Amino acid sequence: MTTVDTTHELDHHDEGSYLTPKYGAMGTVWDWMTTVDHKKIGVMYLFAVLFMFFLGGVAALAVRLELLEPVRIAADGSITGQLFGGDGEAIATGNQVYNRLFTLHGAIMVFMFIVPSVPASLGNFFLPLMLGAKDVAFPRLNLFSWYIYVSGSIFGIASIVLGGVDTGWTFYTPYSTTTDADHWRVLLMVLAAFVLGFSSILTGLNFIVTTHKLRAPGMGWFDMPLFIWAIYATSIIQVLATPVIGITLLLLIFERLFKVGIFDPGLGGDPVLYQHFFWFYSHPVVYVMILPGMGIISELLSVHCRKQIFGYRAIAFSSLGIAAVSFIVWGHHMFTAMGELASTIFSALTFLVAIPTAIKVFNWIATLYKGSIAINTPMLYALSFLFLFSIGGLTGLPLGALATDLHLHDSYFVVAHFHYVMMGGTVIAFIGGIHHWWPKMFGRMYNEKAGMLGCVLVFIGFNLTFMTQFFLGTQGMPRRYASYVDEFQFLHSLSTYGSWFLLAGFLTHLFNFIHSLVAGPKAPPNPWGGLTVEWETESPPIEHNFHHEVLVKHGPYDFDTVVPPHCDERDFPLPPQDQVRAH
Amino acid sequence: MATIDANKPDLPAAGAKSHPLYWKNRGFAHHFRNADEQFDACKLGMWLFLTTEVLLFAGIFCAYAIFRMLYPEAWTAGSHHLDWRFGGLNTIVLLISSWTVASGVRSAQLGNNAALIRNLLITLVCAALFVFIKLYFEYIPKLSMGKAPGTFFSYPYAHDPHEPLWWSVYYIGTGIHALHVFIGAGLLTWVLVRAIKYEAYGPTEYTMVETSALYWHLVDLVWIFLFPLLYLIH
Ligand code: HEM
Ligand SMILES: [Cu+2]
Repeated sequence: MTTVDTTHELDHHDEGSYLTPKYGAMGTVWDWMTTVDHKKIGVMYLFAVLFMFFLGGVAALAVRLELLEPVRIAADGSITGQLFGGDGEAIATGNQVYNRLFTLHGAIMVFMFIVPSVPASLGNFFLPLMLGAKDVAFPRLNLFSWYIYVSGSIFGIASIVLGGVDTGWTFYTPYSTTTDADHWRVLLMVLAAFVLGFSSILTGLNFIVTTHKLRAPGMGWFDMPLFIWAIYATSIIQVLATPVIGITLLLLIFERLFKVGIFDPGLGGDPVLYQHFFWFYSHPVVYVMILPGMGIISELLSVHCRKQIFGYRAIAFSSLGIAAVSFIVWGHHMFTAMGELASTIFSALTFLVAIPTAIKVFNWIATLYKGSIAINTPMLYALSFLFLFSIGGLTGLPLGALATDLHLHDSYFVVAHFHYVMMGGTVIAFIGGIHHWWPKMFGRMYNEKAGMLGCVLVFIGFNLTFMTQFFLGTQGMPRRYASYVDEFQFLHSLSTYGSWFLLAGFLTHLFNFIHSLVAGPKAPPNPWGGLTVEWETESPPIEHNFHHEVLVKHGPYDFDTVVPPHCDERDFPLPPQDQVRAH
Repeated sequence: MATIDANKPDLPAAGAKSHPLYWKNRGFAHHFRNADEQFDACKLGMWLFLTTEVLLFAGIFCAYAIFRMLYPEAWTAGSHHLDWRFGGLNTIVLLISSWTVASGVRSAQLGNNAALIRNLLITLVCAALFVFIKLYFEYIPKLSMGKAPGTFFSYPYAHDPHEPLWWSVYYIGTGIHALHVFIGAGLLTWVLVRAIKYEAYGPTEYTMVETSALYWHLVDLVWIFLFPLLYLIH
């Protein structure tokens, strides 16, 4: 039994892979720059966001390096530390450089890397494939949003080249309206975030319409892979939340250019209003970051332990639940700036988020139960995700509780919390997903041993870097400081050493990918025995995705009853049918 | 290179009726199963986009509400400087344009190209009239009297210290709305040009007319909220 039915013969038989160049060198470049093929756009996004990850990562390593040997005034008034020089004025410049470094790290990582990361790259490539469609609903719009993304990133990088911004990625007023008043680099960075928002909106809009209109015949809403559900929920947030940051940043730009006073207390404006606006977007957007990662994990776990996902509908609806709740909890970022009643309400609502999140985690764990767990890179990453994301999510609860947050707010505990969810969650899932779909995207296998080595290095490095920060935070280390008292030296050093392990892990993956592209063995159409529709076509897919119009006849996770397409039954044996439970 | 448009017939380029963009000659994009599906998709896309626009303006309305609550006197005093007759006139102008653009869609559905062109022209004239009234009778006289936003405010007879903030909200709200008037008019102009040049719209091919008209209705709708909130609160 296979996923496709050959009822509708389409004339795509002689078609080559989407990667096959059909023109000369310049022609191929032009072909890519003007392509409306979602696969090529997805690949272009993939390289673009990974490049941004690299830039942001360099800044992060620099931040950690500074914290290894910070400029510091010892008790006797002398100054220790080397990185930014060791005398008088060095502290001031050192602090300035530090502020710019963490701002550009945060701004790049949030606006240019993690928000577009999974949806724009893997989502673009696989959403239509998994739906059995030939493309997204609006292919030209898709290309357009790539160009908007690139222009936004260029604005951001230009601002950095012109000297950088030191407002933090949150652009809090009045600081962001007054700092560097004679220069336009802050404007440029804010403009970059504004423009990137458009790209995000258009991508989300495109995906929503695609999911509604372009599902293959036979694919109802509950036959969709959970990755699609996650991307769908993400897109809803993108479409509903991003316009608010649009107007917020626009007001910020007006504030800087024309001094309109909306956020300026001198004129009766309100800086806390900025924070409300900002977090009304930026809290939902943390779920733009994590939901696609959760979607990837549902695919990886189920395919690589060959088991029907546990609680399909619960996982699907919890994505929507998270999307809904995410809009009413923004106040938890400003507990210290609100009245008691409002804080209490926001605190209670914040706890609600944990419910759908926990539902997902328990379902994933239940999926593993009695599965035949393959030990490979995607699975290792999925397991890492379960471990790290759980820590990240659980540490959100003390931050959401008023009494504890008073102490933990703006400390390294917060830094550790959001890195456990954003990096331990999203980035880990993203890399796992890249490995899982690498053979499909590029038609080559990667080296499994190197991949697993990279994963182990990343896992160790990540915990070394960020676990320490929970302890630093509870002991009182504030965030966004270039310096600290001697007592924190040991944990800070550990954290910096951890960042080097992370670097080693990512470099291992990078070389593995390059090696795979150059000399990797050819990938079969369905190396993992997956049942979702993208494994139906060739690796890499042909230009129009499928040879035949897709007709879906079974669910995406029916591993108990369906032999995967293009696979030998001996490689992926079905369980004895008398043991198969009804689902 | 992957092309989007499938079954686009090859036709000689002479004369509107044999042009590939002539409505009877239009195909649909290759990734849709049929033209209806494409139409539905485009319409859903436009509705989603309009949602984002509403949310964008929601930010401005939110700022308006908060500051009106904080400084009610400044809001009353500020509103006194606005002449409801100009606002009302502009409301009528936009309502008429919404009606004509809706009739334009109807004309396209009925295949009456001449009526489509006529309706679009009236709509565009209304758009121009709106901008003219806004600029000539409102922005320019007010700005020259110093009723400007934020720190640019220099009107000597202000009643309330927070009036500059009122003007900030006024100019930002109406300014961003005016920007949308321009965008909408741009879309409709494009539709008009294609209607004139290729007779591009007819009973089976009016997606672009319909979606542009939807956008124009949004422009109208936002004004319907801005008008009473700004002009009629004293
Ligand atoms: C169980 C779910 C979660 C809860 C209850 C939660 C709660 C919180 C709270 C209360 C804060 C504010 C702490 C403070 O500033 O005092 C916070 C900060 C943060 N959270 Fe979460 N969170 C959760 C999940 C996530 C996820 C999934 C992400 C991203 C993928 C995320 C990203 C962030 C970020 C980036 C910040 C810091 C923002 C900043 O000030 O720069 N959180 N979280
Ligand atoms: Cu939050």
